[in-house]
Amino acid sequence: MVKGLDDKLFNAIVYLVLGLCGLAAILPILYVVSVSITPFGEVLRNGGFILFPREITFSAYKTLLTESNIPRAFQVTVFITVVGTAVNLVLTGLMAYPLSRKNLPGRNVFLLMIVFTLLFSGGLIPTYLIVKSMGLLDTVWAMILPGAIWSFNVLIMKSFFEGLPEELFESARIDGAKEFRILLRIVTPLSVPVLLTVGLFYLVGHWNEFFQAIFYVTDRTLFPLQVVVREILMQSQQPLENAENMMPTQTMQMASVMLASLPVIVIYPFLQKHFTKGMLLGSIKG
Amino acid sequence: MQPPGLAEAPRLQPPRWRRSARKLWLFRAFYLMLLPGIVYFVIFRYFPMYGVIIAFKDFAIMEGITGSSWADPWYRHFQDFYQSPYFGQLMTNTLLISLYKLVWGTLPPIILAILLHECKVRWLKSIVQTLTYMPHFLSWVIIFGILLTLFSQNGGLVNRWIVENGGSSIPFLTSTDYFRSILVGSEVWQNLGWGAIIYLAAMAGIDPTLYEAAKVDGANRMRMIWHITLPGIRSIIILLFILKLGHLLDAGFDQIYILYNIQVYPVADILDTWVYRTGLQQMNFSLASAVGLFKSLIGLVLVLGANRLAKKWGEGIW
Repeated sequence: MVKGLDDKLFNAIVYLVLGLCGLAAILPILYVVSVSITPFGEVLRNGGFILFPREITFSAYKTLLTESNIPRAFQVTVFITVVGTAVNLVLTGLMAYPLSRKNLPGRNVFLLMIVFTLLFSGGLIPTYLIVKSMGLLDTVWAMILPGAIWSFNVLIMKSFFEGLPEELFESARIDGAKEFRILLRIVTPLSVPVLLTVGLFYLVGHWNEFFQAIFYVTDRTLFPLQVVVREILMQSQQPLENAENMMPTQTMQMASVMLASLPVIVIYPFLQKHFTKGMLLGSIKG
Repeated sequence: MQPPGLAEAPRLQPPRWRRSARKLWLFRAFYLMLLPGIVYFVIFRYFPMYGVIIAFKDFAIMEGITGSSWADPWYRHFQDFYQSPYFGQLMTNTLLISLYKLVWGTLPPIILAILLHECKVRWLKSIVQTLTYMPHFLSWVIIFGILLTLFSQNGGLVNRWIVENGGSSIPFLTSTDYFRSILVGSEVWQNLGWGAIIYLAAMAGIDPTLYEAAKVDGANRMRMIWHITLPGIRSIIILLFILKLGHLLDAGFDQIYILYNIQVYPVADILDTWVYRTGLQQMNFSLASAVGLFKSLIGLVLVLGANRLAKKWGEGIW
């Protein structure tokens, strides 16, 4: 039948295009992986086109992990990510919970104060001057405190808390529980999904930290991973006269890219649904 | 509104201020929880808004924000910027890059969402979703690395291929002819899947009986997409488009700063990157703040306007 054939053709096209989209997303990353584990000589010989390397070497990774700034940058990034995310979650949660109580006097003023920062900001230079006057320049805290609370995440958490059943709080209050105890013992365990979603966004933000480092940190020992990787990538664009500085080969550059992105790529598929949920929560609010 | 009985016997009630004070006292734990957040917002969000006054001053580091003397006339830095040769270039680049991203970035996620919606093979759908969402989580530094290995002039895959086939290599990343395409292309690549999520969610809300009825009427799949799926997500498409218009001046500082280089400044330098270089690299704080404020203010108007428009459109949705 013509109609059945039509349908089959339609399906075939759908699957084909979807497959191509998937490939377009993953092939560049696979290519980076291949280059990073292929000896540089081999890369040159094959005209660069190696999706499945014939010869494998991890020497680029070894060199990066022993003779570059990567290990130190790794420590900085891990510190920022762990401590930063903890600070984010505590502060965001502490702010969102009271704001989810509809009878809190002054609630609208506080909400307005948060929403307004989504619309207007002092801008880069005044923020820099504040960070500077707080004595935070050239400390890891310059990469943690200025972004300690994202206004948007407060709103996401607030609307989640608003959805918790009111009777829960009341029975706890009747039992004589104090508000902090309620937040810690009742609200927090029930809020694991939203904490995970918001926490993941903070976490990825910290792992990809680049700009606060560029703005507020000049001490090279405090550079996070992304900044160091960018330096390694930029070295290829410098003129060749700098031969004394070891020119990082393409293999080495791609190995550094992999080191900086691997944790995200590995963790992400397992947590995908939490990210997706966050995206939808956020867009409904916005 | 007070119940009338209370208003008639005011003496029985404690004074107003004491009642409100007691009410606030009841909420003391909540205010204590709010305190760290409020302190954060005041210091890192609202002090900078006050600090913006340096746009109207001749800022000197030793004098500080309050101590520096006022510019003469007060709008001097704005005037300087307006009359500088950068103004036209920065505005053009900002708006053009933004518009290109808007134009080229809107359709692909919609198409992907429709295809995913049409896909009846569960595993294929979820694999494609996982793969296409992933680039969203890669930082621009990582994407810069990918772009280098694909497009750089010496050693990039594409150029190797061109040279091997007898062509001459093209400086994709350092030429003013190609750079904006690289910006738009990499942005579309990064957000293709992520942008589709919201359309997919909207499609999930379409009444399935509509499709069944159409099937009975003999409509083929294309017609169903055209007459059911697309109308079902029309309002969300328009809404997102309007909201994006509100951010027209945000051409993508993160991306551009990480990808650009001095050769492509003429086509890639935007307000934000210029503010960064002028302020933090050349230490011209007042001029940079003025330009930053100029951008924030126009941005505020655009966002408010867009939200207003979106509300008008959105009334039918929620």
